[in-house]
Amino acid sequence: MNKTIKEDVSIVLSGEAGQGIQTIERLLTFILKREGYYVFATKEYMSRVRGGSNSTEIRVSSKPVKSYVDKIDILIPLTKSSVEHLGDRVNEDTLIIADNDSLKLENKNLFNVPILSIAKEIGNEIYANIVAVGVILGLFKINIKTIEEYLRERFGDKGEKIVSDNIKAASEGYKLGKDFSENGEIKIEISANETLKDDLLISGTDAVSLGALAGNCDSIFAYPMTPGSGVLVDLADFSKNFDILVEQAEDEIAAINMAIGGWYAGARSMVTTSDGGFALMEEGLSLAGMIESPLVIHLAQRPGPATGLPTRTAQEGLNLAIHAGHGEFPRLVFAPGNLEQAFYLTQKAFNIADKYQIPVFILTDQFFVDSYYNVKKLDLSKIENKKYFVETAEDYKRYDLSKAENGVSPRGIPNFGKGLVIVDSDEHDEEGHLTEDLDIRIKMVEKRLQKYDALKDDFVSPEFFGNENYKYLVVCWGSNYNVVKEAIENIDNKDLAMLHFSQVFPFPENAVEFLVKAEKIIDVENNATGQFAKLIRAETGIKIDSKILKFNGMPFSVEELTAKIREELQ
Amino acid sequence: MSERKNIFSLENEKELDIAWCPGCGNFGILNILKKALEEMEEITPNNFVLVSGIGQAAKIPHYFKNNAFNGLHGRALPVAFAIKATNPDLYVVAESGDGDMYGEGGNHFIHNMRRNVDITNIVHDNRVYGLTKGQASPTSPQGMVTPVQVNGVILNPFNPIAVAIANGATFVARAFVGDMQNTKEIIKKAIRHKGYSLIDLFQPCVTFNKINTYAWFNEHTYKLGEDYDPSDKMQALQTAFQEDKIPLGIIYEEKGKPTFEEQLTIYKQNKDPLFKRSIDVNKLEGFINSMR
Ligand SMILES: Cc1ncc(C[n+]2csc(CCOP(=O)(O)OP(=O)(O)O)c2C)c(N)n1
Ligand code: SF4
Repeated sequence: MNKTIKEDVSIVLSGEAGQGIQTIERLLTFILKREGYYVFATKEYMSRVRGGSNSTEIRVSSKPVKSYVDKIDILIPLTKSSVEHLGDRVNEDTLIIADNDSLKLENKNLFNVPILSIAKEIGNEIYANIVAVGVILGLFKINIKTIEEYLRERFGDKGEKIVSDNIKAASEGYKLGKDFSENGEIKIEISANETLKDDLLISGTDAVSLGALAGNCDSIFAYPMTPGSGVLVDLADFSKNFDILVEQAEDEIAAINMAIGGWYAGARSMVTTSDGGFALMEEGLSLAGMIESPLVIHLAQRPGPATGLPTRTAQEGLNLAIHAGHGEFPRLVFAPGNLEQAFYLTQKAFNIADKYQIPVFILTDQFFVDSYYNVKKLDLSKIENKKYFVETAEDYKRYDLSKAENGVSPRGIPNFGKGLVIVDSDEHDEEGHLTEDLDIRIKMVEKRLQKYDALKDDFVSPEFFGNENYKYLVVCWGSNYNVVKEAIENIDNKDLAMLHFSQVFPFPENAVEFLVKAEKIIDVENNATGQFAKLIRAETGIKIDSKILKFNGMPFSVEELTAKIREELQ
Repeated sequence: MSERKNIFSLENEKELDIAWCPGCGNFGILNILKKALEEMEEITPNNFVLVSGIGQAAKIPHYFKNNAFNGLHGRALPVAFAIKATNPDLYVVAESGDGDMYGEGGNHFIHNMRRNVDITNIVHDNRVYGLTKGQASPTSPQGMVTPVQVNGVILNPFNPIAVAIANGATFVARAFVGDMQNTKEIIKKAIRHKGYSLIDLFQPCVTFNKINTYAWFNEHTYKLGEDYDPSDKMQALQTAFQEDKIPLGIIYEEKGKPTFEEQLTIYKQNKDPLFKRSIDVNKLEGFINSMR
């Protein structure tokens, strides 16, 4: 059997939790990127620490790749059941590279590679995954030196023996992969480009966390919940190099109150969580609304209700983020669509929160935070951070109406200036003391809500992609940016365009002109009720009839979405 | 000292519309706390933050001249913790009722002691929910009849002192507002104590608690003697369980245990509070580029 794969290859590794799939993912993506390929990786996993069936998809391409595909060109299963787990995605076109002496699979496209026995020979079964890495890199005929260098960097601190065993495991696999390639059984033809060496390879989690650092985030308070905890872990890791206060709170209620306490004292604090954890934070959100505290909330969505599918993806938290909290107060919700947006919007979130004294959300999801791909240099020259708190005078009043601009009164912090800073969760007067005076109540409500108008200065417009004279407009938000874009590129129809919202609330007004121009609007979302379509209806009166909704916990694949959008064009 | 008199009093003190019932123990706490603060030269209304939750007791910051954060029911401690952790230059006192601190805020009560952050936690313990009109609180005595516990409280009362000692709190005291001098000294020591300090402060609720009145507290409490050694943890635990006559004073004190903020690397080289710091963009750029 001879097969040539051109331009774009999808490699899937699958096995049980605990078999080192994540290590393979990292090694392969980083080495391939260093060798000048575009890579994309995403994983799907079960909510367990050992066993089950997990997989990671790695796309390697000569062009940028940023989304998930169903097709599997090459599969490396580490267990028998993992092949069944992948279902229809494994078909007659899929090449399977496996240690079939132990797996005993029946498949005509099988390449039996003694991964396990090689590992055992080197001294330990745990090297099986590194042998597999070697095989793949052999197929690409990567310079063996790059592999050695990377393994040395990665495992150097574990001692020479571990490094040399890893190198041995990788080289043995490498030889086999190279043989497949040289005798024409599996040929991969993807061109590499030297200049990609300098690209960054980061995940959605990294993009949010680095954006937080760039936004001068100095403290994070969180209670672990997948998939939000990655940002907590990242910032804890960054705290080895930067001054960040990281505290694992006793629960989400504590976390959000801590973050608000941090801002009160002049820090720039954030929380990170998932929908279920955020549900507990709701009362704290209202507190931020009432005392006009800045706050940054990273909410990584997953399927609900309740704990739902803990490790899967969804866009079911939009209504939650927009409507959470009791009473009426302004907020802003960003939903980045790609890694660059995640970085810049998170950075911006801290400044917007500070400037308007409101809570700002970064709404991501499991698929988004767990995906990696090449990112060009992040431009830090554009980064501008401003701390908006003021030095107070003796007669300072926290909620001074006369000094308020667009509802924003100068924010003092304790012990900076001569004034006192008093905040109160009850309705309060200008000084911050609680009041039951109903006339003051009206003034304060109006003051807070006035910020909605002011916020317009900082609106992030939706991003348009496609032909200006479109008839069909696909609208999407958050993590569907890349997959919609790739589907539209595939369809290549001049009547088709996309409008992606990375600010979902307040709804950017300039989106209306795009919406009214379309003959048909096609909404794409990862939820069952079309939450964003409803938001558009509520904000603009425009009714969206056509919805492509997916809510089984998996992201849209390029093929699937391409087909579904095509159907809508009939 | 004399020139510091009334520095924590509001200018229009006389006209204040205080929400407490006449005769309530909260008035005494307000006066004692003001006096204690006035006597502490290191503290000013500016470098001091009073954090509270919700309840009658929790309104206390509004009758004071100082920085104040009157937050949510049960959530004073997380706020107080974060204020201190992000700005260790501030003196932080978290003050609220027993329902707030031990009921709604129970989880935070337990975990903030473990943090040993340098804050003082004063609990107005009236053994009842005042603001919501007299339901049982975690410290209500068994048998107490309320509009909700119509046949009397069945639940075993919460023992904040024993819990705090067992949980590693480094300063645990009990006081009674009727005993002004002693209470003031305990407050001063608690604030000066390095680490988390708890004062469970008995405060008669004259409206809803007809059992634990001024007379009852007078009769059922006694002052720990000069010979009492608060550093003896086992003896302190035993003392925490004395019920027929309840001891007042510092029941347990452990000195020298590092505080939360002392252990943070962010303050090892640089003592600046976080609001004075900014990210070094060049360093960040180098760091990001190392992720290739
Ligand atoms: C989340 C929440 N639940 C309930 C309440 C209603 N509530 C206000 S004060 C209070 C109890 C106060 O009791 P305590 O803390 O003992 O203070 P006291 O009024 O006795 O001084 C309750 C239940 C609230 N404000 N918030
Ligand atoms: S209800 Fe009780 S505790 Fe509250 S103010 Fe009145 S007397 Fe004091």
